[in-house]
Amino acid sequence: MPKLTVDDLKTIKAKRTPRMEFGDKTYLLICGGTGCHATGSISVKDALAKALADRELEEKVQVIETGCNGFCAMGPIMVVQPGDIFYQKLSVDDIDELIESHIIGGKPVERLLYKDPQTKKRIAVQTDIPFFANQMPRALRNKGLIDPESLEDYIARDGYQGAAKALLEMTPAQIIEEVKTSGLRGRGGAGFPTGIKWDFASKSPGKEKYVLCNADEGDPGAFMDRSILEADPHAVLEGMLIAARAIGASEGIIYARTEYPLAIKRLEIAISQAREKGLLGEDILGSGFCFDISIYQGAGAFVCGEETALMRSIEGKRGMPRPRPPFPAQKGLWEKPTVLNNVETLANIPQIIVNGGAWYASVGTETSKGTKVFALSGDVNNIGLVEVPMGTTLRTLIFDIGGGIPKKRKFKAVQLGGPSGGCVPERYLDTPVDYEAIAKVGAIMGSGGVIVMDEKTCMVDMARFFMEFIQDESCGKCTPCREGTRRLLEILVKICEGKGEKGDIEALEELSQVIRSSSLCGLGQTSPNPVLSTLRYFRDEFEAHIYEKRCPAKRCVALLKFEIDPELCAKCGLCAKNCPADAIQWEKKQVARIDKDKCIKCLTCYEKCRFGAIQ
Amino acid sequence: MNLSIPFQHPDITDEMWSSIEKILQDNQNKPGSIITVLRECQQVVGYLPVELLDYIGRRMNLAPSEVYGIASFYALFSLKPKGRHTIRLCLGTACYVKGIKEVLSRIEASYGVKEGDTSEDRRFSLEAVRCLGACGLAPVMVVDQDTHGGVSADKVIDILERYE
Repeated sequence: MPKLTVDDLKTIKAKRTPRMEFGDKTYLLICGGTGCHATGSISVKDALAKALADRELEEKVQVIETGCNGFCAMGPIMVVQPGDIFYQKLSVDDIDELIESHIIGGKPVERLLYKDPQTKKRIAVQTDIPFFANQMPRALRNKGLIDPESLEDYIARDGYQGAAKALLEMTPAQIIEEVKTSGLRGRGGAGFPTGIKWDFASKSPGKEKYVLCNADEGDPGAFMDRSILEADPHAVLEGMLIAARAIGASEGIIYARTEYPLAIKRLEIAISQAREKGLLGEDILGSGFCFDISIYQGAGAFVCGEETALMRSIEGKRGMPRPRPPFPAQKGLWEKPTVLNNVETLANIPQIIVNGGAWYASVGTETSKGTKVFALSGDVNNIGLVEVPMGTTLRTLIFDIGGGIPKKRKFKAVQLGGPSGGCVPERYLDTPVDYEAIAKVGAIMGSGGVIVMDEKTCMVDMARFFMEFIQDESCGKCTPCREGTRRLLEILVKICEGKGEKGDIEALEELSQVIRSSSLCGLGQTSPNPVLSTLRYFRDEFEAHIYEKRCPAKRCVALLKFEIDPELCAKCGLCAKNCPADAIQWEKKQVARIDKDKCIKCLTCYEKCRFGAIQ
Repeated sequence: MNLSIPFQHPDITDEMWSSIEKILQDNQNKPGSIITVLRECQQVVGYLPVELLDYIGRRMNLAPSEVYGIASFYALFSLKPKGRHTIRLCLGTACYVKGIKEVLSRIEASYGVKEGDTSEDRRFSLEAVRCLGACGLAPVMVVDQDTHGGVSADKVIDILERYE
């Protein structure tokens, strides 16, 4: 197979342009991300192919499986181009009608279009849907457009142009300078400036150096890295190639979560395509530069997101962090200078090289440049991935793009930054997304998980949930984290079980301070954050649990009475109809009654009662 | 392949042994490959019996303590046999907020199986796993290879009854 040259890239791009601009035929772009696969997009795709074949339309209409579209809660998703018509929650039974009405008749199928949760109106055009309208895709620029398993598609979207420029026209110092100008900071959580990291590694002496990609996306509630790998794997490879040229590395390794089989499969395909076409391997694009990439599958340990632990894991050891310095830029994997970047960071690199650092820095805030991908989930109407300019407020993110809180419930808090982050209450919703501004309100940018919580969430229980996670994932190397998080968890469990006592809150605070200041790595140092931030904003809930033995959100089972307040009961019988244990007696126009012997304390009645009558 | 079986084990068939042998040969001289070996061997056998860990250690020139240390450190590895079906419940934040805790207690109560264990009839193994990155479908349950989104305590037993 001949190697590609810069001219070949141009030829492929020109040839593919009609496809990318949808000028030559109708394209049905069906989402093939993990979420849509789970809701049945593969059978929908097959049904589409069959329906087109039955009508002999294959010449005029083409079905393409793309990567993750981002609007995961609406799957299976399909976009019809040209026209940008967005269909959601498709099933095999809808396909004949869709082809007949829309593709043949030119009339979109109303009932399959997006329905705005506020106005209840159907919206046909994808970019008119508020979820998409307020976004600025950069790291996600190819999502839903290209076939992730087609190198030609990627090249048609300026793929490998950044690598060509970096390899043939720029010196390593110029590449680093461009990345510094962009102001790009690590998107994995800590926010360290990428250009400075590369600069350190490039100045470290040594012939053997490594470029690593951190695809061990462990933060619960964050799935942007999975989405990028599934939708645009070549962008990550190209980012690594440019990083390798900048620091002088010849080997790259992607440390990927084994829980993401589809992402790994698409990466494997992309790597073999790049090798076959000479975009990885020897003498890339005739530049004389050599670089290759392999995938290393992790085995499930949250702490391996920490850079030194990740490197230990690749070396085949228990993934435990070590003290820094020396930093990985001096002594990393196998004691060689190493640069580790997150997936989203790397996916931004090719465009920074193509368009220039100043272009990237043209949006954002003083200290946080460019865009950031957030994973919206929890109690919010529009769940999925969104990419917005830095500086966008949390309110815009949750209420404009996210469409607000479902079931007419009230917003309570938003959890940012995963287990190392914190909860932000309503009064700080106008905080812009910016590394420093978010830190000021007690959370962190983190990898970009945004979990919205409504009034039915108990904040003490949330603190307990995160502490359970951290305690479980603590590697055990240093005492403050290993023992301290366990003690924190014990106190939180005690409070949730109604056994809280005076002094518990103070003990939580004191322990947190010790853990924060004396743990070895970032996991330990930030582990008290969920406790401290809930205490900071929801201290009254802790106090209600401890002193009044009451859970205001009615989530902590031990503090609930499982009795029905006759004053509040609307006698509707919803609780009795939904009780799985037949423990609720109810007759028309009568107050319901819970039989405590039969009750299994499953909380279904609390969830169903609209009047808050169950105590 | 004509191989002598290193030792008899009730859960490891002759075919499994030849796969294990191939995995070991492919990785023997690669530094840092022990995690890959353990992962692939677990795929073959279904879990990692302690006797197999010792054997892998001998072949890879690693102390048994080191192999055991790695196998017990990473969540992926199981040293206990699995049931016919594996239920993985996502305990990520989004799933938690959406009520996976209630789903978990319902399964535990209905099948008499605790999180991290296998039911006595070996029908189900129940695992609580870290975020599966399918937060858009929360709460999420994966049974064997099938992902079920939007599961609730009410519906979960109906879904599981389909797995015999």
